[in-house]
Amino acid sequence: MKSQARLTSFLVLFLLLLGSGVMVLPFLWMLLTSFKPFPELFALRFFPQEPTLENYRVVLRETGFLRWFGNSILVASLTTLSVLFFDSLAGYTLARLRFTGKNLIFILILSTLMVPTEMLVIPWYVMSAEKGWINTYWGLLFPGLITAFGVFLMRQFFATLPQDLFDAGRMDGLSEFGVFWRIGLPLVRPALAALGIFTFLGNWNAFLWPLIVVQTPEMRTLPVGIALFSGEAGTAWNLIMAASSLAVLPVLLVFFFFQRQIIEGVVLTGVKG
Amino acid sequence: MRLTLAQREALWAFVFLAVPLAFFLYFRILPAFQALWLSLYEWHADPAQRRFVGLEHYVRLLEDPLLRRALWNTLLYTLLGVPGQIVLGLIIALLLQRTPLGRDLFRAIYFAPYVTPAVAVAWVWSWMLSPHFGLVNELLALLGIPPQPFLQSPSQALPTVTWVVVWQNLGFQVVLFLAGLESIPRQYYEAARIDGAEGWKLFRHITWPLLNPVLVFSVVIGTIGYLQLFTQVVNLNFTDQGGPLNSTLTLALYIYQLAFLRFQLGYAAAVTVLLFALILLITLVQLRLLTRRVEV
Repeated sequence: MKSQARLTSFLVLFLLLLGSGVMVLPFLWMLLTSFKPFPELFALRFFPQEPTLENYRVVLRETGFLRWFGNSILVASLTTLSVLFFDSLAGYTLARLRFTGKNLIFILILSTLMVPTEMLVIPWYVMSAEKGWINTYWGLLFPGLITAFGVFLMRQFFATLPQDLFDAGRMDGLSEFGVFWRIGLPLVRPALAALGIFTFLGNWNAFLWPLIVVQTPEMRTLPVGIALFSGEAGTAWNLIMAASSLAVLPVLLVFFFFQRQIIEGVVLTGVKG
Repeated sequence: MRLTLAQREALWAFVFLAVPLAFFLYFRILPAFQALWLSLYEWHADPAQRRFVGLEHYVRLLEDPLLRRALWNTLLYTLLGVPGQIVLGLIIALLLQRTPLGRDLFRAIYFAPYVTPAVAVAWVWSWMLSPHFGLVNELLALLGIPPQPFLQSPSQALPTVTWVVVWQNLGFQVVLFLAGLESIPRQYYEAARIDGAEGWKLFRHITWPLLNPVLVFSVVIGTIGYLQLFTQVVNLNFTDQGGPLNSTLTLALYIYQLAFLRFQLGYAAAVTVLLFALILLITLVQLRLLTRRVEV
């Protein structure tokens, strides 16, 4: 009996290690390739024979990589701040304030979740062309500034709080906004963290709309920059992998620092949402 | 004029909701109707030359062989990818639940691809799967398997793209299933064991039915994702997007090509209406079929 349990443990570990190999290998190969000089790409050796930083120099110096990185940081940060503020304000209002038309407004907002982005990008493009938003930061930003999913998520969290807390705040003379800001928000911090992480990641990785709205190299976000740069690089896989590494490593680094919070955030939004 | 407390509260509610409501009306609801309206017009940059064509684009949908191909491919991606990531995700979650050590580390490793940019991931896999100097073919050679064309073969390209998407989504599934498994009370298993149930029976009668909410969520979210597949398809085969021979073309990519490479915005809008209808229909059917009450 005991030896059978030990065998099971061993088998479980073996399978998990095998699977981990499949998950890690592409990242490892990306890094190894990024240190290889061009001829070594076709030399069929696993490790670089003469490792070089030249690929990184080319990507950082001869492309707009740093600019693309900065654009992505800017767009993702501003979007996230806006989403956190407006989604929680709307969620709070729909959960805690009493007024006529509340359910109608909630259903109206929720119904927008059914519309796929593909259906919206064409009208957004027409709108942007008419208003001169093509190839501007506002053009990159506007579609994501408020999200229906976030409003829904925050409403669910605000709805679980006891009413006494809010009444007490009003007794103490807080304004309606003060009640939301000083009493409501601090109590839903875990939900805010999860929503913030997902909004940031979603915008950091977004591809379809930036590809449409960006027209010049200096306005590219990181995913668009990587895609178009790699498309031009042809078989220079060492350069493509250096660019990919520069895009992937910061995300992986942040992820491994905050992995517990991030994964708990997934569970939180998945279960509530 | 003095407001009653209730009136004051309602007033504040509308102040707080003003910006979000304007946003949703102007950037979500209005454009959705504009897409419907656009689909009835032959598009032209000059408003004077836009021509009303009625349902012509919808008739064209029925006869367009490329659209049929994109639709078929999209359904195939969904049918391969959703069950694929759910089965693999559940297996890994069950293994993680039983591992004697390293649970959090393994969980983080499996989850990592989910947070990395899909564009970069697609290029890394494109290099790994390169027919001549790709690592995957080198590894296959070690096992005595001849090199495969993968993304360059019309028959292998679609399953290969699906694999890359499954690889990236897997961690999300694992984390969801793991949370679902942990929420099942231990007493249920103990009680069943006293009644003589073991192994497969425990899984079949306790684990599986109690995972139903997670499963429904995974199927619906996964399906919506696969029906909108775009980024990986574009980047895995960048020089021949949707190829070879349209074997990887999806509805989303076809919409993009129609609207922004050929500037047939009216027809592209009609295809988006089709995509919208498809997503709505499939989601409703799934919710109907999959959701069931669990009585314990």
